[in-house]
Amino acid sequence: MQVKILSARFDIEDAHKIEVAKEHGAYATLDKVFSMEPAEVIEEVKNSGLRGRGGAGFPTGLKWSFLPKGIDKPVYLAVNSDESEPATFKDRYILVRDPHMLIEGIIICCYAIRSNHAYIYIRGEYTTQVKALQAAIDEAYAAGYLGNTVDGKDYAVDITVHRGAGAYVCGEETALLESIEGKKGQPRSKPPFPAVEGLYGCPTIINNVQSIASLPFIITNGADAYKAYGTEKSPGTHLFGISGLVEKPGMYELPLGLPILEVIEKVAGGVKGGKKLKGVIPGGSSTPVLTPEEAKTVTLDYESMAEHKTMFGSGGIVVLDEDVDVVKLVKNLIDFYHHESCGQCTPCREGLGWMLKIVKKILSGNGTIDDVNLLRELCDNIEMKTVCVLSAACTMPVRAFLDKFRHEFEAYVQ
Amino acid sequence: MSDRSQLIETGKPFQFDTERDAEFERLVQRYPTRESMILPALWLTQEQEGWISAEAIAYIADRIGTFASKVYECATFYTMYNLQPKGKYHICVCRTLSCYLLGKQEIVDYLDTEIGIKPGEISADGKFSLEEVECLGHCGTAPVVQVNGEFHENMNVEKIKELLATLK
Ligand SMILES: Cc1cc2nc3c(=O)[nH]c(=O)nc-3n(C[C@H](O)[C@H](O)[C@H](O)COP(=O)(O)O)c2cc1C
Ligand code: SF4
Ligand code: FES
Repeated sequence: MQVKILSARFDIEDAHKIEVAKEHGAYATLDKVFSMEPAEVIEEVKNSGLRGRGGAGFPTGLKWSFLPKGIDKPVYLAVNSDESEPATFKDRYILVRDPHMLIEGIIICCYAIRSNHAYIYIRGEYTTQVKALQAAIDEAYAAGYLGNTVDGKDYAVDITVHRGAGAYVCGEETALLESIEGKKGQPRSKPPFPAVEGLYGCPTIINNVQSIASLPFIITNGADAYKAYGTEKSPGTHLFGISGLVEKPGMYELPLGLPILEVIEKVAGGVKGGKKLKGVIPGGSSTPVLTPEEAKTVTLDYESMAEHKTMFGSGGIVVLDEDVDVVKLVKNLIDFYHHESCGQCTPCREGLGWMLKIVKKILSGNGTIDDVNLLRELCDNIEMKTVCVLSAACTMPVRAFLDKFRHEFEAYVQ
Repeated sequence: MSDRSQLIETGKPFQFDTERDAEFERLVQRYPTRESMILPALWLTQEQEGWISAEAIAYIADRIGTFASKVYECATFYTMYNLQPKGKYHICVCRTLSCYLLGKQEIVDYLDTEIGIKPGEISADGKFSLEEVECLGHCGTAPVVQVNGEFHENMNVEKIKELLATLK
């Protein structure tokens, strides 16, 4: 089932070094890129059907086409390497094993959107990763792929790495921009959207690391080659992270569209210790859980996830076995989101705090059925009443656990 | 959680050493506004001193040409900035989803019985400090522990015991 499109160079020794990466095709597509018109590059990416791999799944080429035309402000690219959504661990493989694929992707994107400066926002905890990435960027400057001319072409691309410092919310695109500007990571109200008014008030495109790293393959081989993988509406491949109570957790590159249970079984070795499956979190901690029964018909693509009222998210699959205490797990989740709230909206800052108090009360044995109902009600009252969707990232999974495993909550209050 | 609003005064002036000074001057060229240097300057300070004092905040503000309150705001918002000295070995245990499912609590409990510190605390001899942190992006090799920024994966009590033995 596994394929090697993005991970093609991952297992090659020293592929993070520019000479080795070049021997295996890195930067080879730049001649082609610069022979195309920027609009043609955007068109090719649109045709490839590539969708944002940061979680929201927005079509990448379409996002680029929202940039205003004919303005004289600089355009910025912000590459999202915050990778903080629990259960997500894919982008760091690119940073460490094939950073030149990302740099080449950044050059392609910058050329397409007429940007000369990309900022890579990397989470502060990624200590070894930031060193690997910066070393690769330094190599690319020395080899003439970055700077005032790129690969001898009359086009300038600079890349600056900006380190975060421990705030999940900075993965949200406008909080990320605030953080680069030297402020607290508090998301902005939209509109204006970043494509119109983003970093330093200039038009800005924000894309996930994996989205950008997919570009060299698409431009080298063409949109059709990319669409040969995956499904019609969800083309391409994805670096899936499988974790939790599973035999062979890990990062696996797979085409989109595979049945989720088959992947858990055949790729990841099935539930750990041969236990029974209780549920699957399909795409990172903020995506609603699937019961084993629901999971039977789910495939790993955007459409199937939506049909099952959950989300593809960031491709972080978490396997829950029969012994998992759902109420305790929900407390762990609420704790996370409450801790990470940036604090500017009352429903998020206070509401998630109330949810935490209630679930703690339920766990303590002093709760009543009213508490379970109140927890459920709070989900509806908080969601979508805030500046960003961090609050929904908490209430969506909590609601799903409450609805699908209500008996476990009730057992605590009886 | 440790108090993230109080700054500590050392009574001594702070400034970047030569290496950090050069790095500051290199980085400031990369941004169209000087305020973008707030986070990088806080990192440089922490690399140099291990933590960020009241004097350091004032120095950074002065160096950038902005209000100390703006630096303070970032220093207190972003949880990786240490506003007080940490242990010689700062141990971060991931407490989130996959690490939780795979037994992070056993590691935290072991550290409590073995070193006698709970999350947020620092050992009396100043050698160890412990913190529970959120998902570290290594969920496939959970549970995950970071010691002074270095990742240790697939941890369990046995392995944390071995690790502690190497930390002199
Ligand atoms: C609270 C929150 C956290 C997010 N964290 C990340 C993240 O760590 N990495 C990421 O790429 N996108 C993250 N996103 C999504 C980004 O806002 C944005 O949609 C994405 O970076 C766009 O890139 P893409 O279109 O290539 O996916 C987060 C969103 C929210 C609301
Ligand atoms: S929803 Fe929460 S994280 Fe998002 S802006 Fe509001 S308070 Fe901040
Ligand atoms: S949940 Fe611990 S590293 Fe992701």
